[in-house]
Amino acid sequence: MNMTLSGSGAPRLQRNWDSRAACNFIGGGSGAGLLLAAAAASLSGWPYFPAGILAAALIGLGLLMVWLEIGRPLRALNVFFHPQTSWMSREAFLALPVLALSGLAILLDQPFVPLPFQTRGPVAVLAWAVAAAGLVFLYCQARILRASRGVPAWSEPALQWVIVTTGIAEGLGLLLLLSVAVAPPPAWAVAAAIVAVAARAGAWERYRYRVKLNAPAQAAAVLDRASLSIHLFGHLLAAILLIGSLAMRPSIVPAAVAGLLLFASGAYSKFVVVTRAAFTHGFSVPFMPVRGRTGVALPLRG
Amino acid sequence: MTRYVMVADLRRCIGCQTCTAACKQANATPPGVQWRRVLDIEVGEYPNVRRVFVPTGCQHCADPPCEWVCPSTATRRRADGIVQIVYDLCIGCGACAVACPYEARYKVEKREFAFGNEPTADEHIGADDSLIGVATKCTFCADTVDAGVARGLTPGEDPEATPACVNLCISGALAFGDIDDPQSRVSKLLRENKHFRMHEAQGTNPGFYYLWDQDAS
Repeated sequence: MNMTLSGSGAPRLQRNWDSRAACNFIGGGSGAGLLLAAAAASLSGWPYFPAGILAAALIGLGLLMVWLEIGRPLRALNVFFHPQTSWMSREAFLALPVLALSGLAILLDQPFVPLPFQTRGPVAVLAWAVAAAGLVFLYCQARILRASRGVPAWSEPALQWVIVTTGIAEGLGLLLLLSVAVAPPPAWAVAAAIVAVAARAGAWERYRYRVKLNAPAQAAAVLDRASLSIHLFGHLLAAILLIGSLAMRPSIVPAAVAGLLLFASGAYSKFVVVTRAAFTHGFSVPFMPVRGRTGVALPLRG
Repeated sequence: MTRYVMVADLRRCIGCQTCTAACKQANATPPGVQWRRVLDIEVGEYPNVRRVFVPTGCQHCADPPCEWVCPSTATRRRADGIVQIVYDLCIGCGACAVACPYEARYKVEKREFAFGNEPTADEHIGADDSLIGVATKCTFCADTVDAGVARGLTPGEDPEATPACVNLCISGALAFGDIDDPQSRVSKLLRENKHFRMHEAQGTNPGFYYLWDQDAS
């Protein structure tokens, strides 16, 4: 039955998770993506430690923001109690090897304090191990949102691919941004960023379509409003700059600007999804109570 | 087996909010927190609009999504179907609140009082700091139910073993009891009336039924 509810039964914006939770998805996603990009870049002779430090800092910052949001921060270790079904527990477990191994890889790769066992081999192995753990960490973040069944725009399965593709695109973007300070970007990284932009744009559009079908109209309207700037700056302009950079074999400045756009638009899209599109189901009344003397249910039109 | 459920007769509910007040008094919930509340809903579009009062709260689902997502195992379902929160374990992450399709969970960050900075006598008695910074929700007055059962009373029949909202409902719209007992009041009501559960498509198997018409068969 098609019914329109208003009053206290209408969908409302959830207030349980705010911008601090959004920061966890922004920091964790971009950090995990950067770990992957840094591992790949290390094969091209890039130093691991600058990207590794930034990635670990972003993930750590995201977790810190969550810690600041929980109501009982001194009980934070209880987050590890339910990995059987809770994606939040699994995310916490994954954070341990991600931070520990990336820290070790950074230590082995840093040039400032010479260590007797410092060689490239272990760094490459560690970097790929951290990248793999980071990808699982990123997937856990996507599943945390999907498990939030009280918020249709989060539980929509298409959001998983937005989170994953956005994390990878953000990571590549940050790597390109770091190229200003570290070294010219590898050509493959610029090409991979173009692919990531296309994948993220596709995932975002599919997500919007699914939200229109399955979530409150308010959520779809929020995503519609945000989409223009995300597409314009995060996809179109970024893609033009990346293609231009690639054509110039590859040029640092346009690649770095594109990288900044990739990160900023990814962060903005996650901020919008977590804090503004998070409308609840509202309440549903599929049958109206039959009152009065007729004993006949009145039909509803609407 | 026992599964405690609640039944709300939408034909009888008049939206008086006595159940809401009874819950607040029994559980000393702070301002803005209503474990039991009655929605005042307009259905339809002008000129074909109707109004309905819908008591709601935690639905004590048989497959509660809040339990699945809880990272600390604070949320757990008892053998009798009551979904409870172990407040000493809860970290207040809010995952359960965003997982609940029924907007049944609350979290307050600090003690607040209904009138100014000082608690009323009732608030002073009922204040419980273990409920600050953690998720809270309707418990089906589990303490009352447990105490009543221990004394050989029947929840839903004996007021001393029945949730406060059901006891004080002035129109008899709310009923409570064991749905696995065919002789219970809730089983009888569900046999004799057409009913639905909210958001059944979510697959949570909620334990809160709404009556809307008598069963012609």
